Amino acid sequence: MIEVQNLTHRYGARVALSNVSFDVKKGEIFGLLGPNGGGKSTLFRILSTMMVPTEGKALVAGCDVVREPAAVRRQIGVVFQTQSLDKALTVEENLRAQGHLHGLSGAVLRERMEAAMKRLGLLDRRKDLVDTLSGGLRRRVEIAKALLHRPQVLLMDEASSGLDPAARRDVSRHVENLRESEGVTILLTTHILEEADRCDRLVLLHQGNIVAQGSPDELRSSIGGDVVVLSSEDPATLAAKICERFHLAASARENEVRVEIENGHRFIAEVVEAFPGAVSSVSLHKPTLEDVFVHQTGASIE
Amino acid sequence: MNSFVLPAATLWQRELVRFWRQKSRVLGVVASPLVFWLLMGYGSNDLARFYAGALVLTVMFSAIFSTISIIEDRREGFLLSMLVSPAPRTSMVLGKILGAATLAWLQGLIFLAFAPLAGVRPDVGQVLLAAAAIFLVSFTLTGLGFVIAWKMDSTSGFHAIMNLLLVPMWMVSGSLFPMATAQGVIRAIMWVNPLTYSISLLNGLLGLPNATPGPLASAGVTAGFGLLLLIVSGLMASQKSTKSAA
Repeated sequence: MIEVQNLTHRYGARVALSNVSFDVKKGEIFGLLGPNGGGKSTLFRILSTMMVPTEGKALVAGCDVVREPAAVRRQIGVVFQTQSLDKALTVEENLRAQGHLHGLSGAVLRERMEAAMKRLGLLDRRKDLVDTLSGGLRRRVEIAKALLHRPQVLLMDEASSGLDPAARRDVSRHVENLRESEGVTILLTTHILEEADRCDRLVLLHQGNIVAQGSPDELRSSIGGDVVVLSSEDPATLAAKICERFHLAASARENEVRVEIENGHRFIAEVVEAFPGAVSSVSLHKPTLEDVFVHQTGASIE
Repeated sequence: MNSFVLPAATLWQRELVRFWRQKSRVLGVVASPLVFWLLMGYGSNDLARFYAGALVLTVMFSAIFSTISIIEDRREGFLLSMLVSPAPRTSMVLGKILGAATLAWLQGLIFLAFAPLAGVRPDVGQVLLAAAAIFLVSFTLTGLGFVIAWKMDSTSGFHAIMNLLLVPMWMVSGSLFPMATAQGVIRAIMWVNPLTYSISLLNGLLGLPNATPGPLASAGVTAGFGLLLLIVSGLMASQKSTKSAA
């Protein structure tokens, strides 16, 4: 449903995307995960036809984003990170204006508006000015608006950023529901791990490059066993000592040392025993997407 | 057809609804040229001379305020969803400019109601012609605002242009002194300044002094400039860019 081929984008001399390729299948929830400045927003702008790439090609629902932007625009619904609603208008007026932009009118538009408001639980707020709505509700209006013309593909830019956890779960629930009932393909950008975990597949973007891709499970299992994090006053020395003594890769960051290892609980006992006083606290967890990112790039997502 | 008219109509309507919900804007736009006119007029004991200039200033302020919203809308707002919708860009441009022009026109009409203070007693025909002329001027100035605002990424940039270009342009348009008494370079600038023709058009239709060039020529120049700005706006908005549109 989405094909991205060797996409490169430069803003002047700065390379924001470097030779990026991936495919998104119909009905998938696909995530672009990475820190701010990683290239997610650039990719989002290209796929949503707001900007043309400096090199490479992207197809959405079979249409080229550069050569046939109007055809792409008919197939996509876009949920923006910043509010694309008119705050001086009511929920209904915003939806109606959006319908008109897509050439919908009359009974068809009324039905679509009713259906979208019902689906997103906005019927009782239809006459309210957007300015008076909470962040979570506004995001729901954004989604309702993006769905009016029944797009095959929904593009969401940081759709849950700035929302509290309950509102975030609420948005995710609506997104999953949409995929189940309508088979809409969803591409979302995020830097929130919890949200990335709910995607079917992901690409991890760092400095304009794809550093890993796959399902969340595949990505996590690329790191064997457990992740052990040791806090230390002198992480560099501790990491060096661990490498020497246990013959494994230990990486020092800020005030901690990370080790990826099978049976981490046994290692903890050994390492604390081996270097008394050098470790101030210890933690152990199953690998997360953050660990995958750190493993690949040495940098952190958030 | 529907896919061209509907987007334009909805954007036109949006301008009006938004304006209606913040009525204080009317006061801001009409009041300051009005005060300005009354001070200048009573001070020089010649209200008639500054009337058309003050009316055009009202229209210009309104056009500027409306088009400045393009810059805000682009960063965070409705413009984003317009840009990713399949509606033709030309239809959006037309809707936005017509909406903003309608607002400027309505405020110009409010100012027209003060014409008797300038000693003008227009008949019905004159009022209708003046109303049509005010719409033409509104449309042209909104087009000018659009062309300036479209490429801007900050409202402070627009304010700078307003102070360095638009206000001086208004000052040498016959609003403060007639072309007949202007000298050398200033006179040449007045000839090429499209606003000169807005002022002479209104003066001509209302029977006020400083009405050269005549109404027909003035209307022609104003309309021609307006059309040119509309075309430029359409082309600018339809351009594909490798820079972010938002």
